[in-house]
Amino acid sequence: MIHSLFLINHLGDIFLEKHWKSVISRSVCDYFFEAREKAVDPENVPPVLQTPHHYLISIYRGKLFFLSVIQTEVPPLFVIEFLHRVADTFQDYFGECSESVISDNLVIVYELLEEMLDNGFPLATESNVLKEMIRPPNILRSVVNTLTGGSNVGETLPQGQLSNIPWRRAGVKYANNEAYFDVTEEIDAIVDKSGTTVSAEIQGVIEACVKLSGMPDLTMSFMNPRLLDDVSFHPCVRFRRWESERVLSFIPPDGNFTLMTYHISSQNLVAIPVYVKQSINFFEAGSCGRLDITIGPKQTMGKTVEDLKVTIHMPKAVLNANLTATQGNYTYDCTTKMLVWDIGKLNPQKLPNLRGSLSMQTGVPNPEENPSLNIDLKIQQLAISGLKVSRLDMYGEKYKPFKGVKYVTKAGKFQVRT
Amino acid sequence: MTAMQKLLQLPVNAVNMVKTVQSQVQGQEEDKSPVLTPDSGQQAWYSALQPDELRHLRSGGTGGGGGGGGGGGDQEERAPLEEGGGSGGGSSFQTQPLRHDDLKEMLDSNKDSLKLEAMKRIVAMIARGKNASDLFPAVVKNVACKNIEVKKLVYVYLVRYAEEQQDLALLSISTFQRGLKDPNQLIRASALRVLSSIRVTIIVPIMMLAIKEAASDMSPYVRKTAAHAIPKLYSLDPEQKDQLIEVIEKLLADKTTLVAGSVVMAFEEVCPERIDLIHKNYRKLCNLLIDVEEWGQVVIINMLTRYARTQFLNPNINESLLEEGGSGDKTFYGSDEDEDEDEEEKEKKAEVAAMAKRKPYVMDPDHRLLLRNTKPLLQSRNAAVVMAVAQLYFHLAPKAEVGVIAKALVRLLRSHSEVQYVVLQNVATMSIKRRGMFEPYLKSFYIRSTDPTQIKVLKLEVLTNLANETNISTILREFQTYIKSMDKDFVAATIQAIGRCATNISEVRDTCLNGLVQLLSNRDELVVAESVVVIKKLLQMQPEKHSDIIKHMAKLTDNIQVPMARASILWLIGEYCEHVPKIAPDVLRKMAKSFTNEEDIVKLQIINLAAKLYLTNSKQTKLLTQYVLNLAKYDQNYDIRDRARFIRQLIVPTEKSGALSKYAKKLFLALKPAPVLESPFKDRDHFQLGSLSHLLNAKAGGYQELPDWPEAAPDPSVRNVEVKESVFTLLERVTTLTSVPEWTKCSSREKRKEKKVEKPFYTDSEGESGPTESADSESDSATGSESSSGSEESGSGSESEESKEASESEEEEEEEEEEEKKKKKKDLKKPVQESESEQSSEEEERKHQRKSKPRKSESESESDEDEESESESSQSESEDSESEAEVKKKKKPAESKPPPKPVKKESKKEKKEMSLLDLDDFEPAPSPQVTPVNTFLSNSLVTDLEGLSLSDSVLSPATIAPSSTLKSYELLHRITGEGLSVEYCFSRQPFSPDANMVAVQMQFTNNASSDTKNLHIEDVKLQSGMRVKEFPEIELLPAGETATAVMGIDFCDSTQAANFQLCTHTRKFFVSIQPPVGELMRPVFLTENEFKKEQGQLMGMNEITEKLTLDVKCRNEHTIVQRVTTAANLSRVPCGSDKECRFAGRTVTSGSLVLVTVATKEEGAAQLTVNCEKMVIGTMLVKDILQALTQ
Repeated sequence: MIHSLFLINHLGDIFLEKHWKSVISRSVCDYFFEAREKAVDPENVPPVLQTPHHYLISIYRGKLFFLSVIQTEVPPLFVIEFLHRVADTFQDYFGECSESVISDNLVIVYELLEEMLDNGFPLATESNVLKEMIRPPNILRSVVNTLTGGSNVGETLPQGQLSNIPWRRAGVKYANNEAYFDVTEEIDAIVDKSGTTVSAEIQGVIEACVKLSGMPDLTMSFMNPRLLDDVSFHPCVRFRRWESERVLSFIPPDGNFTLMTYHISSQNLVAIPVYVKQSINFFEAGSCGRLDITIGPKQTMGKTVEDLKVTIHMPKAVLNANLTATQGNYTYDCTTKMLVWDIGKLNPQKLPNLRGSLSMQTGVPNPEENPSLNIDLKIQQLAISGLKVSRLDMYGEKYKPFKGVKYVTKAGKFQVRT
Repeated sequence: MTAMQKLLQLPVNAVNMVKTVQSQVQGQEEDKSPVLTPDSGQQAWYSALQPDELRHLRSGGTGGGGGGGGGGGDQEERAPLEEGGGSGGGSSFQTQPLRHDDLKEMLDSNKDSLKLEAMKRIVAMIARGKNASDLFPAVVKNVACKNIEVKKLVYVYLVRYAEEQQDLALLSISTFQRGLKDPNQLIRASALRVLSSIRVTIIVPIMMLAIKEAASDMSPYVRKTAAHAIPKLYSLDPEQKDQLIEVIEKLLADKTTLVAGSVVMAFEEVCPERIDLIHKNYRKLCNLLIDVEEWGQVVIINMLTRYARTQFLNPNINESLLEEGGSGDKTFYGSDEDEDEDEEEKEKKAEVAAMAKRKPYVMDPDHRLLLRNTKPLLQSRNAAVVMAVAQLYFHLAPKAEVGVIAKALVRLLRSHSEVQYVVLQNVATMSIKRRGMFEPYLKSFYIRSTDPTQIKVLKLEVLTNLANETNISTILREFQTYIKSMDKDFVAATIQAIGRCATNISEVRDTCLNGLVQLLSNRDELVVAESVVVIKKLLQMQPEKHSDIIKHMAKLTDNIQVPMARASILWLIGEYCEHVPKIAPDVLRKMAKSFTNEEDIVKLQIINLAAKLYLTNSKQTKLLTQYVLNLAKYDQNYDIRDRARFIRQLIVPTEKSGALSKYAKKLFLALKPAPVLESPFKDRDHFQLGSLSHLLNAKAGGYQELPDWPEAAPDPSVRNVEVKESVFTLLERVTTLTSVPEWTKCSSREKRKEKKVEKPFYTDSEGESGPTESADSESDSATGSESSSGSEESGSGSESEESKEASESEEEEEEEEEEEKKKKKKDLKKPVQESESEQSSEEEERKHQRKSKPRKSESESESDEDEESESESSQSESEDSESEAEVKKKKKPAESKPPPKPVKKESKKEKKEMSLLDLDDFEPAPSPQVTPVNTFLSNSLVTDLEGLSLSDSVLSPATIAPSSTLKSYELLHRITGEGLSVEYCFSRQPFSPDANMVAVQMQFTNNASSDTKNLHIEDVKLQSGMRVKEFPEIELLPAGETATAVMGIDFCDSTQAANFQLCTHTRKFFVSIQPPVGELMRPVFLTENEFKKEQGQLMGMNEITEKLTLDVKCRNEHTIVQRVTTAANLSRVPCGSDKECRFAGRTVTSGSLVLVTVATKEEGAAQLTVNCEKMVIGTMLVKDILQALTQ
């Protein structure tokens, strides 16, 4: 399966290599660099490349390329999903997944990779199992380790691999038993010039932070489970129970995890929280343009819209922007051609407006297309789909846990065409 | 010494060997340390080294700046790396021999922190791809180091360099060999893992031996490691294949989820062609699938797809025949055909349906099993699993069922862009074959300006595939916005997509063409060029209408520089020169002028144009053509020279020119069919979807072809599993029979499915596994696989589904299967006296018999399988009885069936069967009942067997037939119901939509001569708090037919009747259902101690005691149990004394505990005690049970 892994930074330097079978020369990456050259954007590098003797499957995460070398047939998604899992694990261990952090923790990274794959086949990928074997670094421990010569390799043998609930480690103990759930919904929408919604979907995710002692068995039920018809679960969720009763019954992993994700498709009606009135014009004469954007609340369910932000990728010909914003600040980056208008809280009484002129490169014909507006926003305490957790019960343990649910709605890929 | 530290201690002589090697290399250290054991009082040596150590510490510390041990080393390491560059280790190695000496010294010290520091630096070197092979001797002896981290890092080093230094690597082998014998399973596994990772050919026999041994290890984790080791050994020495296949075969039979994924992986790498090895394990793999870890799931599903393709019939066989017929001529004149495609499709469907009725395709139950068990995995968080299931459904499922995968695939589009890329590739292929599947999700494929180009292009592909008459207008509107995009490659792709839509859907062809013509005035040349190419293709379909477009394009030749576009224009003009007679010669004139500067493809087209004009309009163009041909004659490109020579011969008649020149006109101006714009994804589905080969559209190394469906299905009985094992498990079960009889647990398990009792499953199994862990982890993993999937999952899920599916004939089979089991039971007697071999031979005999009746054996082995997979552990009874419970439930609807074959043997099971029989129909067997209490093996066996043989003569077949296993009540008499009669019974199954409801099973019989329609419930009148969950409306009940439905009623723990109207399409009947108190509860499993504890809390007011004299027929324990459980839905509680029978249950709504004790005394005197919080229920229950026991 996975033969070797190379980590490559955005400059094209290989800063880590790991081989699970015999060693493959790093010159194999040249094919990748070639493709990287060809694709202008790092995102446009084809994830799967064919070379005379190998296949290269790569992902791009956090300005790093994870490049795996494959020799025989394997489902590409298998490798891609695994590479992302590796990146997730680094993120989990070190807080971020960047070159500097990986280089600083090279040995831990190597030990992790060693445990995650055996002969190219995934072995232990559950973060709880890995953490039992290789402890994540923290400042206190590294100080202690230097003084005592201790190590960050677990003293005891990990039992997690043997258990049938591999995601949970045994013997968890907390003084405060808490379970927090964040219901986050992201609206993916395309709104066209006239303001009509072309497509809108909701991507929901329930992230959990469960710190409960022992082996709790949780049951979460919803006020309106019928909303959820397209879901995917963490392996801990008992699927049959969901099928028959529409409740989530699970023994949670310890710590942070994604309990479920759900997708409310474009066939359902999706509320769009804001509307945008915009006009962007470019004039041939005088080589300038006008821009006028107003944002107002649409369907916010009575909540305030926060962290409102508009990002516009301007055509190359736009040199500068001279605008006035009634609320918030705007910045225009001449090199990346990004206009960012950071509005903040949306005040329904006084709608924020951004207007002014754009100076254009002279002699260059007008851009034909208008740039589209990408909108970011956040609404606290609201799940826009209307999903509500009705209760959370715990079985299996005697203590009374503290439970909390938080709802947030965000804009995902929210795009207004002009 | 922790467990891990015990791992891999070098034997002293091995250490010495290393040492001697070491001394040869360095030749200086003998005096320092004769032995390496640090705790043997080498104090002097230790202090002697101290100054050195300090130096190391200091050097490490300064580099890191106090940032921690590991960090320090790394910081230092990085500088030289950058100097060394990518040129490999050689140069950098030479520049720093001194550093390596440092490392060697550190490794030789006996302080762990120094060793660790050194190893960390070495591993960092490896990670950066630098050569550290010269350190091998120094590193390898540390394999015996006590520090776990050092040891782990040494392993990393060893695995990396052992191949290069085979001789030295051998020194470490004995350590691993010792590790293989360690009592701790994790150490055994780890030793095997490292041993098998060392690629040294000499140790192949050792590896082989180790793998073989590990494959029969007690611990599933070690077996898993063994499975991992198989492909390693295979790649090292393919000669071992045969032996390895044996091991694989053995491991495939393993029943733990831990092993399944890994061994199938090994199977795929070593012997994917040996599909025959899968037969026996097929059902097990299907059943285990949901509990296997996600990576294993992917591998298993992909393998099973291939397997199913060889073993089952094509479920779409009728449809695919039709499709081929329909689309055969479509390729050429696609346009005309497309118009009525939808209708055609509908027709097709209708026809398929008709055909299916005529010649029913019966899906193999194993095929169905696979589809059913993989479906939940569409909900996996792992995209690879979802994709694997999707491809399985695409390749294997009947057309009507494939739709379920669309939703899941669309969901994946939200994932990382790499995932999107792969998924879209597959969706593109699928959407060609099954367009309808993705049509509802059209909008999910709309393109955002922020998508990477490769994603945009793929989405465009999908949108184009999905386009049809109904949605084309919206799609074209989308395309219009895309054309304005800044991303020019994407715009070009959009133009092509428009072209394809235009060819496929004739209605929009003109619109598209007009749109494209407008694009010709676009500022961007690329856009124009692409449009020209597409327009050219479109015009070919109906050129006569569009001479103005051709004229317009002729003008473009002055401006467009893209060769492909120029060539296209020239071809168009030449082809349709009669439509533009005036312009064409002029274009040729211009082209002749610039001929020498044109690209090759343009030149070829100029020659073509010249030839065609010469043929149609030789007066004006003769000279021009000559000129062009002359230019071409001296061109640098031989193709062009050839073409010129060839054309000259054809069109310019000379004496020598042959007959061909007569036909020149026909040759050049023949009518050419319009090109079909096809998706590049067409026919890609001959590759297994989701595979690398599919993605690349080329066969990757090691790709296993997806076989075609067989003409006729191979013998399905190959998947039947041998009975031998199940007999052993039965035997095992008897031996492990503890104080709890199977059948009391049976009901209690049902209860547990409903709700977690105080002591939940998990803590339970944990407690059990604790002490036995290292010794027998199988039991713990077995319970685990159970608990992880959740008892309710495996239980209720399969139950409901199966009961739905079970047709009557199947039920019959079930009974026969029971008989088989009984026979087996009988065989149990034999092992007591006879040898096992005899028994197994008999078993085989029976197998033969069964093969002669394939249908029967099929169903049997299926449930055998179920049983087997579950019954490995000591807890097996409970599972087993569950499957029995299923059997029982299945029997219930079969009431009306005539009894199966006369039953020859009675068994324990059969009696269990009857424990639920209605008293009225039951003739109690005077056989001694099984006393489950405190019986030893022999004891229980003997009673068991007595039961078997005795009952033989006593029970007539009629009594055994499951007639009226449950008491049924009349809801509607057929006279009052005007031909419709309704009976109901309390099925005692958990009502799945709402656990607080009692399930009422209703049986409708239409005795009238006309059909009854729209049977449903209306106007429910209930006491406060009560609720009813109505059964789904029965749309049609034909005359003489019977239908059953299940409704749920929450009686609120009262015996108040539920009144409602039963409506048909013509009439309404007032009916009411009043439950006996015994049906208001569900069984619950308690241990003896729990029972006593609970009883202690329910004293006083809550306890009702009644003295009674037992009925004459009812003086043995067994009948008591039977009668009580018939009267009330309770489960038996184990009890230390045989004078007492205890039962427990909970009320359905409030979950109040109901405890019943029957204490027997001499002469049929007995005492009945009921403890229940709800006094009303208690009193009523006492009355009912009294009646049951005294009559």
